[in-house]
Amino acid sequence: MVVTPIKFYQTGSFAVGGRLLGDDQRSVQSDRERINSIDCGHRACQGCGEALGARYALDAAMRATANQMVAVNATGCLEVFSTPYPETSWRIPWLHSLFGNAPAVATGVAAAMKAKGRTDVRVVGQGGDGGTVDIGFACLSGMFERNDDVLYICYDNEAYMNTGVQRSGATPAAARTATTPAVGPEPGAVFGQGKNVPMIALAHEIPYVATATVADLRDLEAKVTRAMEFRGARYLHVLVPCPLGWGSSSHDTILIARLAKESGLFPVFEAEHGEIVATSKIRRRVPVEDYLRRQTRYAHLFGEKPRADVIARIQAQADRNIRRYGLLGED
Amino acid sequence: MLRQIEGSRAVADAVALCRPEVICAYPISPQTHIVEGLAELVKSGSLAPCEFVNVESEFAAMSVAIGASAAGARAYTATASQGLLYMTEAVFNASGLGLPIVMTVANRAIGAPINIWNDHSDSMALRDAGWIQLYAETNQEAADLHIQAFRIAEELSTPVMVCMDGFVLTHAWEQVDTPDQDQVDAFLPPYEPRQVLDPAEPSSIGAMVGPEAFTEVRYLAHARLMEALDVVPDVSDRFAEVFGRNSGGLTRAYRTEDADTIVVALGSVLGTLKDTVDELREDGLRVGVLGLTCFRPFPAEAVRAALGHARDVVVLERAFEPGVGGIVTQNVVTAVPAARAHTVVAGLGGRAVTKTSLDRVLRAADRLPSLTFLDLDRSLIDRELGRLAAARRSGPTAENLLRDLGAVASRIG
Amino acid sequence: MEHEKPFAITLDVGSSRANKTGAWRSERPVYVDLLPPCNQACPAGQDIQKWLYHAESGDYENAWRRIMVDSPFPAVLGRICYRPCESACNRGQLDEAVGINSVERFLGDEGIKQGWSMPVSAPSGKRVLVVGAGPAGLSAAYHLAGLGHAVTIRDAEAAPGGMMRYGIPRYRLPREVLDAEIDRIRAMGVEFEQNSRVTDVAAAKAEFDAVFLAVGAQVGKRAYIPAGDSARVLDAVSLLHGMESGERPLLGRRVAVYGGGNTAMDAARTARRLGATDAVVVYRRTRDRMPAHESEVAEAVEEGVAMRWLSTISEIDGDGITVEKMRLDESGFPQPTGEFERLAADSVVLALGQDTDLSLVDDLPDVEHAAGVVRVGPGLMTGHAGIFAGGDMVPSGRTATVAVGHGAKAAREIDAWLREVVTPEPPARREAAFENLNTWYYSDADRTVRPHLDLSRRVSTFDEIKGGLTESTALFEARRCLSCGNCFECDNCYGVCPDNAVIKLEPGEKYAIDLDYCKGCGICVAECPCGAIEMVPEET
Repeated sequence: MVVTPIKFYQTGSFAVGGRLLGDDQRSVQSDRERINSIDCGHRACQGCGEALGARYALDAAMRATANQMVAVNATGCLEVFSTPYPETSWRIPWLHSLFGNAPAVATGVAAAMKAKGRTDVRVVGQGGDGGTVDIGFACLSGMFERNDDVLYICYDNEAYMNTGVQRSGATPAAARTATTPAVGPEPGAVFGQGKNVPMIALAHEIPYVATATVADLRDLEAKVTRAMEFRGARYLHVLVPCPLGWGSSSHDTILIARLAKESGLFPVFEAEHGEIVATSKIRRRVPVEDYLRRQTRYAHLFGEKPRADVIARIQAQADRNIRRYGLLGED
Repeated sequence: MLRQIEGSRAVADAVALCRPEVICAYPISPQTHIVEGLAELVKSGSLAPCEFVNVESEFAAMSVAIGASAAGARAYTATASQGLLYMTEAVFNASGLGLPIVMTVANRAIGAPINIWNDHSDSMALRDAGWIQLYAETNQEAADLHIQAFRIAEELSTPVMVCMDGFVLTHAWEQVDTPDQDQVDAFLPPYEPRQVLDPAEPSSIGAMVGPEAFTEVRYLAHARLMEALDVVPDVSDRFAEVFGRNSGGLTRAYRTEDADTIVVALGSVLGTLKDTVDELREDGLRVGVLGLTCFRPFPAEAVRAALGHARDVVVLERAFEPGVGGIVTQNVVTAVPAARAHTVVAGLGGRAVTKTSLDRVLRAADRLPSLTFLDLDRSLIDRELGRLAAARRSGPTAENLLRDLGAVASRIG
Repeated sequence: MEHEKPFAITLDVGSSRANKTGAWRSERPVYVDLLPPCNQACPAGQDIQKWLYHAESGDYENAWRRIMVDSPFPAVLGRICYRPCESACNRGQLDEAVGINSVERFLGDEGIKQGWSMPVSAPSGKRVLVVGAGPAGLSAAYHLAGLGHAVTIRDAEAAPGGMMRYGIPRYRLPREVLDAEIDRIRAMGVEFEQNSRVTDVAAAKAEFDAVFLAVGAQVGKRAYIPAGDSARVLDAVSLLHGMESGERPLLGRRVAVYGGGNTAMDAARTARRLGATDAVVVYRRTRDRMPAHESEVAEAVEEGVAMRWLSTISEIDGDGITVEKMRLDESGFPQPTGEFERLAADSVVLALGQDTDLSLVDDLPDVEHAAGVVRVGPGLMTGHAGIFAGGDMVPSGRTATVAVGHGAKAAREIDAWLREVVTPEPPARREAAFENLNTWYYSDADRTVRPHLDLSRRVSTFDEIKGGLTESTALFEARRCLSCGNCFECDNCYGVCPDNAVIKLEPGEKYAIDLDYCKGCGICVAECPCGAIEMVPEET
């Protein structure tokens, strides 16, 4: 009997893998022989989104580069939980220098590879949101404007988690952190602050900018793969929930990332040479409240005196994203 | 080849002969001409393969060098003053990671008040950064030290700072003998890193080390620098064999054998000092000079050997520790505890160190207090101290001093 | 070349495996095997999820064989089953239930097309009599033959099939399909004795080691309705039976069908095909209380059958009927209103349910019966040792699928009885609830609608009205299965573990948890699409 080519599977394209998928349809993560760029035994908290995001991204990058890749890491959780002497979790060539210089160090590695005629070896810089949007921002912008051949990945968990959950430039409004406590008339991080680094990256008109979450592995892998098709500066901003800092259940890490996207609070898009070329549409739209309620960093909005006004302002942010990025409709 | 050439250009050419693979540059006076020269060499294709990266800050410059070096490339950068301070975190990091980066520091004062002129405050501030620090006396030596620096650095897996006095050397046109490429190639083998980011042999570089091993790691860094006390003179000897001239080494003594008074100094001021010594000798004063080419690691043994017999040791310093005094002096005293050491702070922020002034203090060496500021305008100080005592809001000191001097607008570039 | 690396600052890959983070765990994930609601609901006891699993990969033969483990009638039930599995299907809460029945039909048709057959075990030396060649009897015969027993079926009708042949119209079940699936049973060595009504079970029992009674419910119930001499009144069972035995009953242009069950629908739709311009179903309650299957009602309406709810027939005469309007009381029971109406009708078909003719067990005093059905134990054995009964003649749901299930169960019980072994009940599995699914992962995929015969042809012929799925649509439909409560190897757990603590085994072997490194975060459980992993507390 002629077997019709497989078009659908029980879980469409949303699951990690599936026994019926062809080799070209399998995610990197579904591969039994996947590289596991970050190995077992790392000391990340239970349910750490960053550990997951880093493995997703780097494994995909390793596949895209035929394992010819070097990673440069900013100081932060990812660095600390992966390389406490005498153990490292990295299975890839990996360098940690400082908190604020990962993009520049990555530039240096790329420059070295170019000078040595090893342009087959690709460079990934990576760090958390603090290392990226705050302290490392000058280096990041410099790397962008020079169009250095680096893919920089920001694992955004929206605060300085390694130091004990302090506010960063990526902390969202109303979120409680240790330096934006949930006290006073405007508890948590204030509205009107923070920076949108993906859009700032976009403004550099670098070859490739994308956002992603750990909730959509295939999208993330596709973006890493796409990023590796370009030469020059590339930026990938991945939302990675932090159970500790966000006050969420360890098993909800992926769910929360999904809700961030489905509510519109975290727009997922990709851009090439300064223009957005695709947005991931919201599939099952949810009110921001569904997202906020699962995190104790927003618990003050749902306490004895619920802050419907604050929730409405957050909803307005999501609605603006939905308008601005065109997050509704068909893909 | 002997050429009449600007110091910066001589250094640029020497660096280029070392075949650096990655150069990262951020402009700051008085270092700028060096990287400008290198930019021209790279851009024109005469220095290849080499990546010249115009970074956005000195912090990035050192960071790029760190990445390049860790990836197995010979990496070079140059800076001065504020730039050196701005990259400080990365400077420490480079040595901590054991990366053999070579950096020129065109010595310049540190603000505020902002001042572009020469002293040693910048490199002295980073004397504990774990780098080898070499100080050039002349442009010829500056050029030669860079060639030696790469070899020393790579032999020890330790970064080297070549310090040369801003403007005094960097902008001075002198005769410099630039070696041939063949000679340099013979002297300086290709860089073979102790550790490298290599997809074929992955490792994790830059681990977090806790109390259980941190002391050992730091001790090993110390041991590596102590090892440099052998390597630096050895490289200098080999340099002499290949190039036929003496440059570098740990210290250089001038007429110290019978000297009652020995002046210790670093950098270009040594030339003036030698002239002064010659004149004092003509007057029968037994004065000598000990130049420290290598300040980090501190060549305590060589210093002790050179100074052991001296009655008075005058340490001429182009930087100092406010609230303490001489920096070099402390090192000298530690090396030669018996020495009667006198610190003379001189040439801060580009003030000329004249033979006249040196003559005056050296003649009175045995009567010098422990700390002297050469050519200090006492009356200016007294007026400002008076103002400070009289009024809490007396205005900025530097502006007040300039006003007293009659130079209201400082021409700072 | 191995370089001597700087102490402590530079580390060798893989060294963190020395750090056994599994020690952090207070709960561990465990893979479970739950009972999917489709399987739970299937009266024929089919492991639907398992055969869909094979069908998903295009392995139709193994899918078919998996059906055949429980039911010999995929092509038949794939047409006439009322699909309790689909009512139970968790996907119904997501978009639409999986079209299980349409896939079953596809597989059944494929089985006929490909001529697949089932193996037979070595002869047991035991002889079993099956009385009645309806779905229960045929199912029992099939299973017993497969188990190596010599089976004889005695059946009163000219052809085997029971109600599948004499009750269900051809437009729902083409006879060549029925014949093909019965022929396959015949090919397994089952002896068919048609036109052979068993009247004395006790006598028949003497020839056999065991007997399975499955004579069905063939007698149309009558209601007392005053009717004039000229009134043409017949019962639906006779009407449908007559259709099969070659009669074309004269119903006239206007036909009233009395009753609200599936048989009423079959009768009304048959009437339309026989030329009735007005076919009206008279039913005493409302549509939502009708026992007829929703789809049967809808198709009848499509074909122009009129419905008259809340009505009883109080009188029948030569040119019509008198109906009384009813109303439902609080308990939903219809109460007369005293309002009457006339309806023109050339004939009236009564479809008020069926009774079993139990005369064949009259001589067996130890076979009890009550309320028109035979009493059986949990093993379907009557009070008489070795005599079993099933299908419509025992208390049951009275559908072909239930009967097929009875046949299978009876065969198991008879086999165990004959071999004098006790078959332990398999341990009960917990049901896979919709709440435990993570439906995010299932892409939106509405069910594939089976093609329907053009309406104009439907009302004029007895051609089968529902087409089958094509291979690609069947595959699509099979893949809509959510695999509730059972791992289908989607790799999610393997992918989502932040600690790489899920080990992916060989294809088909699924996964294992690496307890050395599992920190017990529970993401694998939360993100398992089908709810096949659970967290259990670590023993402390």
